[in-house]
Amino acid sequence: MDLTPIWLTLKLASITTLVLLLIGLPVAYWLSKGRSVIKIILEAVITMPLVLPPSVLGFYLLLAFSPQHGVGKWLQHNFNVQFVFSFQGLILASVIYSMPFMIGPIKSALQQLPLSLSQASYTLGKTERQTFIHVLLPNIRSSVLTAVILTFAHTLGEFGVVLMIGGNIPGVTRVASIAVYDSVENMDYPAANAYSLILFSITFIMVISVFVFNKYKAKSPLE
Amino acid sequence: MITVDIEKKLRAYKGQQVLKIAAQFTAGSITKIYGPSGSGKTTFLKIIAGLIAPEKGKINVDGNVWLDTGSNISLSPQKRKTGFVFQNYALFPNMTVQQHLEYATDDVQWIKRLLAIGKLETFAVYKPEYLSGGQQQRLAILRAMAIKPKLLLMDEPFSALDPKMKSELIPELKLLWDELGTTILIVSHNPQELVGLTENEMEINPL
Repeated sequence: MDLTPIWLTLKLASITTLVLLLIGLPVAYWLSKGRSVIKIILEAVITMPLVLPPSVLGFYLLLAFSPQHGVGKWLQHNFNVQFVFSFQGLILASVIYSMPFMIGPIKSALQQLPLSLSQASYTLGKTERQTFIHVLLPNIRSSVLTAVILTFAHTLGEFGVVLMIGGNIPGVTRVASIAVYDSVENMDYPAANAYSLILFSITFIMVISVFVFNKYKAKSPLE
Repeated sequence: MITVDIEKKLRAYKGQQVLKIAAQFTAGSITKIYGPSGSGKTTFLKIIAGLIAPEKGKINVDGNVWLDTGSNISLSPQKRKTGFVFQNYALFPNMTVQQHLEYATDDVQWIKRLLAIGKLETFAVYKPEYLSGGQQQRLAILRAMAIKPKLLLMDEPFSALDPKMKSELIPELKLLWDELGTTILIVSHNPQELVGLTENEMEINPL
């Protein structure tokens, strides 16, 4: 059995989780502070991948980043970067697709912290950044961990978006979920079974660890 | 000298009320603030600390303008750096007693002195969840004192302390306040609590 799709999937999930952690922390912090029309719209956009069929999201990404049109053409022309049918494209699609799983739990946890914690820190002369790093972040540690695990696990299982923007190029965009589909198409059930079992095991361990880290309390992705 | 002249709309059960306060506090004085529940006592302290913005007003501390809505001046809470004792303590769950004080100041000797005053030396490595209500309240006071504030705002600071602890702690704090020349505003419901500590009183009643 070719293990490349498994390694590719793990690489994609790791990079996506790292990128989303870097983006998710400041965005979730910003969203957690007060309400405004811009925040409501942005939050709706971030939540869309939860309810949108993955093929629809993939289709729009394909259109947007196709080298023949708009942004894709501009990126290709100016930076020689191509997102369609490339691993970079998979990362971009995964970041967008898994965004609610990273931002949702972190934003919710920040909103549940008493406002007086930040206020106490400010009166001690600490900046917003210092307050976030030393007071807020340590007190939402378990939610950040939940968000990281859920994002990683969710990226492992992506299919529709990944297939639309990445296709099925062995060693480049052929991740495990696509390898399962491909194996079934080719009537290679043992390979499909092996890929499925590996994905199932990894995902199961990830979900179990969410429960363990949260002391057996279930946390919904949007909590 | 601290001069305050502010106006802030308050949301109340019976429609809207206006908190309108004009007052002066002498440097180094201790003033008790009292008034009915929901009258805006906490809001008043938070306005002074820069945590809540009033619709209109001016705050002047020792000749420095902290707030002047007419000129669009409003110093951040970090610049005002008032000591603030929150009614709910607002302790950081991730920090031990020692870390609370180290977060506020680098002065090791000062931290030792504060721990001794609050009788919390033996609890230095404990996080708030392992402290009693009274210990948590003392920590909240010590943390506010750690920055050696020129103005200390205290919201029901002694409510969880037993009479013995209160009678031991308050004189010790008074020594510190005198030493630093700190001006104190204390919100308190209990009329007996601050007897002998302050002669200045201010009643808050929204319009």
